Amino acid sequence: MKPAIEIRNLGKEYKLAAAQPYMALRDIISGSVKNLFHSGRKPLKKFWALQNIDLNIQPGERVGIIGRNGAGKSTLLKIISRITPPTTGTAIIRGRVGSLLEVGTGFHPELTGRENIYLNGSILGLKKAEINKQLDAIIDFSGVEKFIDTPLKHYSSGMQLRLAFSVAAHLEPEILLIDEVLAVGDMEFQKKCIGKMEEVSKSHGRTILFVSHNLDTLRKFCPVTALLDQGKLIGYGNTEKIISLYVAKHLETKASMEWENGIASYNNEVVLYKTYLHDQSGTIRSRFDTTEMTGISMEYEVKKDNILFTHGINVFNRENTNVFNAHDVIAENETMRRKKGKYKVTVWIPGNLLPESIFSINAAIFLPNPVDVLILEKGVLSFETYTDFSKLTARGQYADNFPGVIRPLLKWELVKTD
Amino acid sequence: MGIFTPMEKFTTHIQAPSGFSLGLKELWQYRELFYFFTWRDIKVKYKQTYLGILWALLQPLGMMVIFTFLFSKTWPINTAPVQYPIFVLSGLILWNLFNSAVSHAAESMIQNANIINKIYFPRLIIPGSSVLVALFDFLMGLAIFIVLCIVYKQPVHISATWFFPAGIIIIIIAAFGTGTFLAALNVKYRDFRYTIPFMLQVLFFASQIIYPLQSIQQSWLKYMLAVNPVNAAIELFRAPFSGDSIDGTVIIIGLGSTLLLLLSGIYFFRKTEAYFADLA
Repeated sequence: MKPAIEIRNLGKEYKLAAAQPYMALRDIISGSVKNLFHSGRKPLKKFWALQNIDLNIQPGERVGIIGRNGAGKSTLLKIISRITPPTTGTAIIRGRVGSLLEVGTGFHPELTGRENIYLNGSILGLKKAEINKQLDAIIDFSGVEKFIDTPLKHYSSGMQLRLAFSVAAHLEPEILLIDEVLAVGDMEFQKKCIGKMEEVSKSHGRTILFVSHNLDTLRKFCPVTALLDQGKLIGYGNTEKIISLYVAKHLETKASMEWENGIASYNNEVVLYKTYLHDQSGTIRSRFDTTEMTGISMEYEVKKDNILFTHGINVFNRENTNVFNAHDVIAENETMRRKKGKYKVTVWIPGNLLPESIFSINAAIFLPNPVDVLILEKGVLSFETYTDFSKLTARGQYADNFPGVIRPLLKWELVKTD
Repeated sequence: MGIFTPMEKFTTHIQAPSGFSLGLKELWQYRELFYFFTWRDIKVKYKQTYLGILWALLQPLGMMVIFTFLFSKTWPINTAPVQYPIFVLSGLILWNLFNSAVSHAAESMIQNANIINKIYFPRLIIPGSSVLVALFDFLMGLAIFIVLCIVYKQPVHISATWFFPAGIIIIIIAAFGTGTFLAALNVKYRDFRYTIPFMLQVLFFASQIIYPLQSIQQSWLKYMLAVNPVNAAIELFRAPFSGDSIDGTVIIIGLGSTLLLLLSGIYFFRKTEAYFADLA
């Protein structure tokens, strides 16, 4: 059987213009005037968004694509869906391609829901006859039948998404490309869509390529995953394996760190041997849901009697923002003159404080006053947080982008005042 | 699994673009999208403004009144046997078709950038449907024009049945060629769009809308102006009023430049369209 998608040595080079990708005529004109005086133009910066990609995807396979931002995931989908041409190599696509790089592409606010189904459906490659045939199913699936003849501008964003998903879920190409679109919308409806796509994929042998940052969705939906890094394919195979490769390579969560000979302070009074992340049961972990308490422990040895110091951590998120610092200001810890021997200190980051991200931790042992840093291990540990939708979080069931450096679960008081 | 045999006919080879083709077969496959884009633009246009249809009619009528006032009272222009209001309106509705088709087609790629960045389809559909939307407006203007011919008791020769379509087709083809060329240029050079209204303004006066081309004494100037295909189109369109007197040289020059515009427009568009998603 011939592969549904056969990719050979595929590459895409972008020329980086200084400010905008397109040119201004005035720049060309003024540029050529300048060139009369200065010979030799500054070459445009180039970079390869994709390089040497070789990939065979069999009919009926569901393949996930992961990688960091800028790894080339979207470029790959754009080439396969013919939105942009490759610079090198070829891709042979056997079957009709439907691409869902965005839900509701071409939706127009002035048109009614029904009219938008026709417009969006035809943009996505459905024939009018196919839409006619599926119209009732699409409307039914979306759950917005009451408003189907109302202009889209009166819909809530949730309703628009549902309608868009319904059209998408009823596409019937042999190859379906999906880019992150399932990362929006409410969880219930997402599940419904994934279920529908899975069903069609299994019963009709549809090939699906699915780009996502959501590792859990990938696990559920795609048995096989490709890992892209800086435009190169660095892993392809069993999803669980690739995810652990990805996590190991990119997320670099580090649940524990141990030094055989220890990290000694400059005065050789304290030696740090081990630091690790764990949950309340003591299990060492690097993934926590946002409601869980995260324990950070340090094990060290004091080499002399009567030593005075305290502990501290700095916490940074994925964007390298210093989310918070915490010093051990418990009076007895701060003022206790420690005797020789081994110690273990644990600090707890409370649940419902951090949003989902990847956090990196500096661990420190220091003298507070005057400040004298004895040991500072930067980025020694890191962990990932995720939302468990079965638990109560400040996000509720809202699954869309939910920004904020912290995510406290606050108390809301409602009083009837009349 | 039997389903893979019929799939073979959909096999697509994707590689760096080379060579040139019109892509007519593919356009045909996507004809429904062509229809839907046109339908969307017409629908939205007339949903957004209740004056939509009325405006499409009032604008040329208003211009007709102004030009009639200027040129039949102040500086009389001899357009016999055609009455001046009919003469000028016939030019105006054709000009409006050209003007609105070209300016909308030129803007169309940028306006639909979000779709172009997300979905593949033959890009020619976008400026093509802009031209069709302009044609829709024109057909309503044409209806008013015919009503006015009756009001002014303007005799119309039976040859209108093929002279009218001939003029309209020339305008459509010329506008499509110019529009696709400008659309591609607009994506590449984003500040180019500001020059388009001015160029169209110049072209307005280079077209025989308010004056007959035959009134120009210098034949070199007349034939230079004939390079503007709008002149040939209006010449044909007015033929049924003026007893079929046509300047054949004007028509031939106009047809030649129409063809040239069409070919160069499509060629340039097809050459650059692969990179629209990278630029837009």
